[in-house]
Amino acid sequence: MSALLDLDGVGVSIGRLALLEGISLTVERGQVLGLVGESGSGKSLTAMAAMGLLPLIGGRVTQGSVRFDGQDMAAMTEAQRRALRGGRIGFVTQNPMTALDPVQRIGEQVDVVSRLHLGLDRKAARARTLDLLTQLRIPEAAVVAEAWPHQLSGGMKQRIVIAMALAGDPDLIIADEPTTALDVTVQAQIIQILGNLVREKGVALLLITHDMGVVAQVCDRVAVLYAGRLAEEGPVRPLFAAPAHPYTAALIGCIPQDGMAKGSLTGIPGAVPSARAFPPGCRFHPRCARASDLCRSAPPPITPQGDGRVACHHPGAAR
Amino acid sequence: MLSWLIKRLLMLVPVFLAVSVVIFSILHFIPGDPIDNLLKVGSSPEARAEMEARYGLDRPLPVQYGLWLGNVVQGDLGTAIVARRPVADLIAQALPHSLRLGGLALLFSTVVGVTLGVVAALNRDRWPDRAIMGGVLVGSTMPSFWLGLILILIFSVSLGWFPVSGARGWNSLVLPVLTIGLGGTALVARITRVSMIEAAGRDFVTLLHAKGLSPLRIQLRHVLRHALIPVVTILALRIGWILGGAVTVEVVFARPGLGTLLIKSLSQHDYPVVQACLLMLAMAVMLGTLLGDILQALMDPRVRAALT
Amino acid sequence: MIAPLRALRRPQGALAGLWLILVICAAILAPLLTPYAYDIQALPNAYQPASAAHWLGTDEFGRDLLTRLIYGARTSLSVSATAISISVLCGMVLGAAAAWFGGWLDRVVTMTVDLTWSFPEILIALILVAIIGPGTTGVMIAIAVAYLAQFTRLTRAQIMTLRGETFIEAARSLGAGNGHILFRHLLPNALAPVLVSAMLATGDAIILEATLGFFGLGAQPPVPSWGGMMSAGSALVFKAPWVIIFPGLAVAITVVAINLYGDALIGELDIRSRLRRDA
Repeated sequence: MSALLDLDGVGVSIGRLALLEGISLTVERGQVLGLVGESGSGKSLTAMAAMGLLPLIGGRVTQGSVRFDGQDMAAMTEAQRRALRGGRIGFVTQNPMTALDPVQRIGEQVDVVSRLHLGLDRKAARARTLDLLTQLRIPEAAVVAEAWPHQLSGGMKQRIVIAMALAGDPDLIIADEPTTALDVTVQAQIIQILGNLVREKGVALLLITHDMGVVAQVCDRVAVLYAGRLAEEGPVRPLFAAPAHPYTAALIGCIPQDGMAKGSLTGIPGAVPSARAFPPGCRFHPRCARASDLCRSAPPPITPQGDGRVACHHPGAAR
Repeated sequence: MLSWLIKRLLMLVPVFLAVSVVIFSILHFIPGDPIDNLLKVGSSPEARAEMEARYGLDRPLPVQYGLWLGNVVQGDLGTAIVARRPVADLIAQALPHSLRLGGLALLFSTVVGVTLGVVAALNRDRWPDRAIMGGVLVGSTMPSFWLGLILILIFSVSLGWFPVSGARGWNSLVLPVLTIGLGGTALVARITRVSMIEAAGRDFVTLLHAKGLSPLRIQLRHVLRHALIPVVTILALRIGWILGGAVTVEVVFARPGLGTLLIKSLSQHDYPVVQACLLMLAMAVMLGTLLGDILQALMDPRVRAALT
Repeated sequence: MIAPLRALRRPQGALAGLWLILVICAAILAPLLTPYAYDIQALPNAYQPASAAHWLGTDEFGRDLLTRLIYGARTSLSVSATAISISVLCGMVLGAAAAWFGGWLDRVVTMTVDLTWSFPEILIALILVAIIGPGTTGVMIAIAVAYLAQFTRLTRAQIMTLRGETFIEAARSLGAGNGHILFRHLLPNALAPVLVSAMLATGDAIILEATLGFFGLGAQPPVPSWGGMMSAGSALVFKAPWVIIFPGLAVAITVVAINLYGDALIGELDIRSRLRRDA
């Protein structure tokens, strides 16, 4: 069986700026793939490309292909793509505070998804909505369904967004930094909900985040993005145990751990380069301790590493 | 909500008082004896004495204001100098014409303006957008009375489709409504387009696309609802503008109405009428702003929540 | 001031700017340009359409229309520009004072501004003309007062926003005193949007002046003004329509030109976000 979501050598540009290059990753059914990187690495862009929503931000796929369940999205009609969105692919956005339509009641916003994609009538859709809200541990679902977005807290709103993503009975959920804008305590709850979804419903999850801690908690595999290119990809445990790419290692080093000595949390010096000024060769070389002349001149090829891949001229020990 | 409404209505009172003070003082800022400004030239001493007593012109100013205000609230707006009839009668005669004209113009501007604005926003940067925005630019900078005259020239003089002036029948309303309406349309179209584009860029719209809704449906059902909120508010604030346009247009088309009354009495120095007309127009503006606030509360649940 | 010149490079700015320069020069050089006098009547010549002798025809008194149009430009432009200048000056003083001193002064100013904000300028102008009487002085003061609220509000908003900016904090931490901050930093930065707003308001003021002139409340005959010419011309709509058409065209094109040029200027100065007039 083909992978559910398959990005093969995808390149994305907005205007004349090439923001993503050679992105290849797959999400299998029932699997959780984490997509990690600092702000500006191109994570959200990847999500938009996977949804076919690049035109909304003036972008387009310039290389490679995006396939969903074996079908090339570029070869589909817009109507077919629309059927996918919300129906087989659910989307959870980053900022719950602005994700909901302020002048429409909660219930209607969720109902519309099941009415559109599952063909339910008004009553059936509302019943499904209430069911979903209850499953997501939203108290007094019937009351909440009649409420307005501004009456809910951030955590509640994000659960509603997840409900909207689930309403169409999707095979895949793409969650773009679903916890970044939330309180730390609420973050844990949302992550737990997402994890449960995978286990109980068998929904695949593409989880985009900059938080390696979350990845360690919930993901099966992880892909690390840096400055528009793939740095490393592989199953979570081995990758965390022995990261091959120096960037991955640095990211892992950023996770606070119990028993850590004070002051030992190291950030990564430098900043993600902007798309207008990508460094030549390996884009990470200005911030890399292992950088050599080869790194400064030639972009590293993607080579297999254990059950995954890495793009580095001097990868760490084999797993 | 009700308590807010009552509070809001009460807030109108000090505004009304302030405006009435200004309008009242017009008579007293004008050079010359107020009595001379109130009477026809060559009136008898008895008439002068009666006028003095009536307006209390020998009493201190605040008392005069109080008397005047008291009269106004009871519906006694004084007596017109030239026509020698109660001003209230003149107003009552003129008001329906102005209301009809203003109301139709508002309706026209809103319907046509929103439609054009939506079309422009949906076709952003393509030729319908450019054409509409070009029209908006011309429409909003043209002086309304010149537009009226040009319309008369084309449609009344050359083509003879509509009457040049007067107020008989629907026919006579077309050109005046069009004159005010085109200017109002330009304003509404411009605001609608800007708010639609702004609303379309908001986060929740991305999610709407992610739900798989068709773009047209998203624009018309969701984005438009959002975009209309600022349109309504601004329109209500600019109701004074529509009134101003109505004043000019009435003069150009020689239609009876508050505007013609005002301008005529200004040039005739018929101050009681001037004061009454200005008062009416000021009140219309205040009511317009109130209506705008109410409509905004009705359309936006967040505003409703903030008010309770 | 390079920005105004840069604005001329954009196509709409160039066309608009050209017309504006034309009109302003015509207004200033009026006596030199016109072969006829604007007030000498020649009744036998009345109601003549465009001809070699009279490029735009004659009016009801036989006066050359083009001449009156050029002199009319003088009236309309000078009245509007002066009125707006007064308005800007007073508005900036009031707005800056309200923003700077705060307290009861701010409250009084804000209340008055809010009061007049929703009233159409034409109404305010009519009230003032009712008091002062018809004529150019009256119209000038009326227009100045009608737009006062706009500039007061804008200046006050600008100063209040700028006050919170980091560069002010920085200046203060370097020991700058209040006066220095106000005059050296706040006012110059607030100037750009206010000046552009003033320019666009001049366009509106020209229309207002023409409207008042149309009502017979502006410059009194025989001094020509675009509005007054249209007023007289409205009675001649059947006989000599050119008497109305040309002054109106002059107003319309000039105001459109001001708006186009102003728009180009806003683009060059990149202050679109600071100019939310309908906020």
